[in-house]
Order: sequence, then structure tokens, then C-alpha cells
Amino acid sequence: MSNKAAAKGDILLEMKDVVIDGFADERWNEIIKGVSLTLRRGEVLGLIGESGAGKSTLGLGAMGFARPGCRLTSGEIIFDGIELRTMPERKKRKLWGTRIAYVAQSAAAAFNPAHRLLDQTIEASLRKGLVSEKEAKLDAVALYRAMQLPDPEHIGFRFPHQVSGGQLQRAMTAMAMASRPDLIIFDEPTTALDVTTQVNVLASMRDAVEQFNTAAIYITHDLAVVAQMADRIKVLRYGEEMEEAETREMLKSPKHPYTKSLWSVRSIHKEPKTSDDYILEIQGVDAAYGKDVKVLHDVSISIPRGKTVAIVGESGSGKSTAARVVTGLLPPVKGQVVFNGTPLSPELKHRSKDQLQRIQMIYQMADTAMNPRHTVKEIIGRPLEFYLGLKGARQEQKVIELLHKIELDEGFLDRLPGELSGGQKQRICIARALAAEPELIICDEVTSALDQIVQEGILKLLLKLQEDLGVSYIFITHDIATVQAISDEIVVMYQGKVVEQGLKTQIMTPPYPEYTQLLLSSVPEMDPDWLTNLLKERAEKKAG
Amino acid sequence: MSDEQTYSAAGEVGQVRQRRTRLQRIWLDLKKAPPTAIFGMLVVSIYAFVALFAPFLAPHGEAQIFKEPYAAWGGQFLLGTDQIGRDIFSRLIYGARNTIGIALTTTILSFAVGGSLGLIAAINQNWVDQVMSRLVDVLMAIPSLIFALMLLSIFGSTTWGLIIIIAMLDSTRVFRLTRAVSLNVVVMDYVEAARLRGEKLPWIMRREILPNILPPLVAEFGLRFSFVFLAIAALSFLGVGIQPPTADWGSMVRENASLIQFAKYDLKGAMTPLMPAAAIALLTVAVNFIVDWFLQKTSGLKDEQ
Repeated sequence: MSNKAAAKGDILLEMKDVVIDGFADERWNEIIKGVSLTLRRGEVLGLIGESGAGKSTLGLGAMGFARPGCRLTSGEIIFDGIELRTMPERKKRKLWGTRIAYVAQSAAAAFNPAHRLLDQTIEASLRKGLVSEKEAKLDAVALYRAMQLPDPEHIGFRFPHQVSGGQLQRAMTAMAMASRPDLIIFDEPTTALDVTTQVNVLASMRDAVEQFNTAAIYITHDLAVVAQMADRIKVLRYGEEMEEAETREMLKSPKHPYTKSLWSVRSIHKEPKTSDDYILEIQGVDAAYGKDVKVLHDVSISIPRGKTVAIVGESGSGKSTAARVVTGLLPPVKGQVVFNGTPLSPELKHRSKDQLQRIQMIYQMADTAMNPRHTVKEIIGRPLEFYLGLKGARQEQKVIELLHKIELDEGFLDRLPGELSGGQKQRICIARALAAEPELIICDEVTSALDQIVQEGILKLLLKLQEDLGVSYIFITHDIATVQAISDEIVVMYQGKVVEQGLKTQIMTPPYPEYTQLLLSSVPEMDPDWLTNLLKERAEKKAG
Repeated sequence: MSDEQTYSAAGEVGQVRQRRTRLQRIWLDLKKAPPTAIFGMLVVSIYAFVALFAPFLAPHGEAQIFKEPYAAWGGQFLLGTDQIGRDIFSRLIYGARNTIGIALTTTILSFAVGGSLGLIAAINQNWVDQVMSRLVDVLMAIPSLIFALMLLSIFGSTTWGLIIIIAMLDSTRVFRLTRAVSLNVVVMDYVEAARLRGEKLPWIMRREILPNILPPLVAEFGLRFSFVFLAIAALSFLGVGIQPPTADWGSMVRENASLIQFAKYDLKGAMTPLMPAAAIALLTVAVNFIVDWFLQKTSGLKDEQ
């Protein structure tokens, strides 16, 4: 679909010099600083940029909608000949849901848990009185089929919690399609999904958009995803347009330096090495939540000293549970964890202070990993005091030293976590882990909440710290690009079992076990034909 | 990348601000306070002043009896005297000290007990939590004023008996609130991080959880204080609260209640029982104003807009 941009219909949406303000710190600040865009019927425009770039604000602005605390200050938003910016809300409401629809990032939060999917799918068309209930229901089933949902006749009678995340996201697209809108805004619709699920959702969304000749704005921070979906790509940063080009053009030769930097994580490269000196060995561990829910089955993983082992797998595969067993939060049912040659006590409270000090953890959400009421000095200072007995000036000295190590400075000492950016927060968490002078750090999806360019910074920092201090990492992630960048060894997990463990180069070269194949092939590539080719390949395989 | 866009971790958040001192922040907040909150704070500080300096402010003694019972307003006795000839105005002033002092002690005690048990229940979500929560359910199922009346008639109404009984009954509500707000905090990664570090329970309670649940607790403290204050006044009005000759607003209303019937003959005199009642009402309203403002500030909740 990427080649058809020129052949599309007339202009559907035109935004000219749109300025959107947000209210913060007791004054109005410009969030969108005069962005223009045009969208033709049946065309898909990708909007990319890091968080805070104003993607979502602009996407909602295209509907003539301003979030609470925002206002559409100036410019023109012309949708099919209608000026939306100055239109009264009452009239705009008639357009929303019928001619313009919105698909949110978290389908789970956007569905009402108390109603069945079918009722929610047809709600908008019924409310606008477009069709009878019976027709609407038949149409919804057809849409479910178009979205490739399993058992389309009956899935509508389920409640939102009775279907998977990927299915819910597709049901939401079906809901948006129900009134055959001219324009759909997709706001990071696959960000919360696993790569293996993402492929299916992307494919069905793309087909549906094509089938109904709907125009769409696709918002995401993942360039590889947008490459599959969009005809044209617009790059935003700090509310300003950096660059706009046809997808292929943009991928082949990005012009703006910022656009180039979005690729950057994929450019880190590390030569994998291993050693026979294992710092930690997980030996035949079974673990369960409660009595019945068994999540780990005979898991054995070895971590070589001073190296990085990446544990990959989709959500629910037991990656994080394995980390909980290592830290002692979840005592295993069977098996043991051996650290530096001595078995660790299965329970946290029976481990010695020294053992606790040697294994530190960094969390996915730096926001919740730091007490919002403690200053940076207190956060980093506490392990220094607790493990090493440092107090007063000597403690502060050491905190400043650590801050320099993570490329920040003493200006941060008195800040609260709320006054830091996402990347800085994660750096402080790294400093807190380092303060304990650990031998092993468990990184649980530490970069998945961060933007590409910040991710790169964090990964480089982790690599440098490993070089300087010789710490070992267990790196839990579902992002294969990150794994490529940082790991020495890879462990693939699926449904609580280890599929394989080995050197990066060895795991990443064929032949693969079946699941590894599925996982690796599902990672989007920067090639606009990737999805089409992949689907063709899989269909052929199925047929053959 | 061009020069201007070289990435640096320290430069990510633009303006580096100097942290204001606590005093500066309080002063800034005060300057922005709405008129209702300022009124509330003014009233509360006047009450506090009166309560602290009662012996210097009152023209006569707390239980000093004069020869003239039911004296009219004005003259030697600003608000007249009561049925046995004690100066009403002086007793109002001493009453501030007794009623507020007892209510404050009771509220603090109920928070100490309910708050710490609530925190412990939230952290140990096992049988400890179950036992305490069910016990609290049972206690809360009994109407508290009637329960307090019963306990007071069993144990007798001494001041400390009163304080402990009301504190225990009110601590059930504090327990519930503390447990509920702590449950949202104990699941946070930073609490898990503290446990992984090997921190002990008291440290986790005091340093990790308490600062994060403080705003709702402070607001609840204000409201609880109002309720305790009203409960003590009600019990005193019923005759089982603060015992004579200690001056207290609740019992003053009761003792002079009959005067209200003589409004026809002496309007001023009939107002006498309304004075302590008004003192109770004013303080309750003032405290609520402050709590409202505080809640608005810390939680972002606003009634209108």
C-alpha cells in the first residue's frame, strides 16, 4: 500500500499552522508550535517522535479535540470542508464516533468492563441513529471477521476481560470502524502488545483500513512499525515538524539529524563473549504463585561473571518470575539458586545483608521504583548508609561521585523524582544499584518505557559500567533490538520453560527452534515490505 | 547529529531550579490560600491563643462562685452568670482549653493507634490483617455514640476514660483509611526495592510509606478532630462527658438550656446557651475550611470549576 500515495483521492483533512497550548505552571505553554498537515482520502500518515513531542496532542487536534488543560489556540483544522477549530463542541460531537474515530493505546482502559464487546462496538452507530440494532450487529460481526478475530459470530458476547490484549485492540479498531468513519486516529495501538501479537494486529488493521478506504493518522514512536502502516511519515519533536516524506524516501535517506538519531539503538554493537566462571546459577527451578498456578517449569540459567545474559520472551513467559526467584521475593517450589558457589536461601528474610548487597535490581518503571518524597541524595545515599555505613559529608561525596558516573552532576542532589525526565530517573535507579557495589544487577525491562534516543544513552551507560566495574547483568526484555545491542548470551523463554540458551551469535543464526523463529521473525524491520513479505511467507508455510 | 542536538543526560530537563526551602514554600502556599482558608486559620489561631492563655484572659476563675446566680448580661459579668453564680464568659474561655485539649489528645491517640495498626495490616496482608480488619468491622457496626455511652457508664466518666474510649472508637475509622491508602503504596516498586535491600519493617513504614500517605491522613486528622470534638460535646450535653466543675462547652449548653425559654423577657439572657454552641460550631466550620483547602492543594480535587 505504500506506493499508492499519489493515487489517493481528494484532500480530507487539512491543518494549517495549528498551535495548541497546554496549561502548566500557571501559564499557557505552546505544545504544538504551528504544524501543518494534509491528508487525502484513503491515505495513512505516520506521526512519529519521542514522548512529549506532541504526537497525541496533534492527533486529537485533528479531531478538533483538546484534552482538558489544553486549547486549540490558532490555525485552521479543515475536515472535509468543515472548520473544526472554531466549531462549537455540540456540533463536533456529532462528527466524533461517526465520521472521525479514535483508537487509544490501552484498549483495556478504553472498554467499559461492565458491557459486552458487541454492545460497545455498535453503541456509536446506534446512538447516531444510522442503522437498526439488527443491522449494526450483523455489521459488527463482519468487522470482527475483517479484523481476523477468532469465532467472529460469538466473540462479541464476551466481556473485555474475557479476551486477550491483542484481540481487544482489534475489537477496538472494529468499534472505530463500525460507523465507517472517513478518518481514524490510531494512537500507539500496538505499543502495549507483544511482538508476536503485534504482527497480527498490524496486519488486520492495515487490511481493514485498505478495505474501507479509510484515511488514518497512525501515531507511534516505533519507526519500524510505522514503516509497515504509513504512506507518508511526519517526524515531530518538541511540537515542531522536523521532516515529512514518503515512507520509502524517509527510510532510505532521512535528512534531518534528529530523524537519523531515531535509528540509533540499532547501531550499538557488542562483541559477545562468555566465560566458564559462573556468578549465578539457577538450577532446575519450579515456581508457582499460590498453590496451583505454576509459572516456571524446571528452569536452569547460568550467568557468566562480568557478562550480560538477556532473557527474552513475550509477557507471561516467566521472565520476571525468574528474577523474583533470584531476588528471593518468590521462594521456588523446587530447585535452587547458587550465587558465587553457595546456594542462596530461598527466602528473602533468611539471606544475609552481604548476599542482598551483591545482587541489585533495576526496575522497568523508574517512576514507581523511587519514592516520590525522597530527594536524589536520599535515594542514592540510603544504600551507602545501609550497606557501607557511610554518613554525612563522606556519603555526600560518594553520591556526587556516583552521579558523575551516570553522567549527571551535583545539581541533581536536591531534586525529587518528579523533577527528573524519564531517562534521568532510570539513571538515578542505576546509581542506586551501583551504590551497593553489587556483583550482579538484574535489569527488568529497564529501557522499554523510554524513547529510542534515551534508550541508547542508558544502554551505552550500562555497557560502560560493565567495562569499568565488571558487573554482570541479567537483562530481561522483549525487545530484540535491545538484546542485539547489549547481550553476550541469550536465553529464550516460552510458557515458563527455557527454549534455549547460548551465545548471542549462536542464537541469532539459523536454524532456530520453532518459537525462537516466531519471536525473531515478528520483530518489525525498517523495511516497508517487511510485513507483507512476512505474512506471505507464513501463509506459504502453512499451506506447504 | 549536529552540535545543538548532542544528547546529554543532564540537559534533558531544561530549567534547573533551586529547591526552595520549606519555609519559602509554606509562605508561597499561604499567599495563595483562598479567603475561606485564611478565615479558618485565623479562627483556629484565636482559639489556640485563648486556650493557651485562658488564666490570663478570663476575668474570673473557672469555678469561682458569685452570690448572684442567673445574673443578666453586662456589668461585672459580660455574659451573665449560670445557675450557681459562675461567670459564663470566664467559663467559655476555660472551656476552650478543656474541650479543645481533650479533643486534640483524643484525636492524636486515635491516630497513633489506628494509623500504626493500619500500616501494619497493609504491609502484612495475612492473618494479622484479617484479624484486625474483622475486629474493626465489628466495632464499626455498633453505633459509636451509644457504644461510648455504654462504656462510659460501665467505667465511669473520668477525663482519661473519656479520652481512651473515644480514641479507641475513632481509631477504627483511622485504621480503615490508613490501611486503604497504604495498600496503594505497598505495591510500589520502591517498597519492594527497600525490602530487597533488607530494610526492617519500622523503616519501611516510617520512611517509605508514611510520607506518601500523609496528605489524606492530615486531612482526615482535621475532620476526625471535628467529629471527636462534637462527640465530646454531645456526651457532655448528655451528662456523661466532662464532669463539673471543669468548664466545658457541651455541658454549658445543657446547664443553661432552659434559659432559652425566656427569650420573651430577656432576649440577651436567652442567648446564653447559644454562646458555647456557637463556639463549637465556629471551630468545626473553621477546621473544615482549612481541611478543604489542604485537600484541594494536595489531591487536586476541587468542588467547582
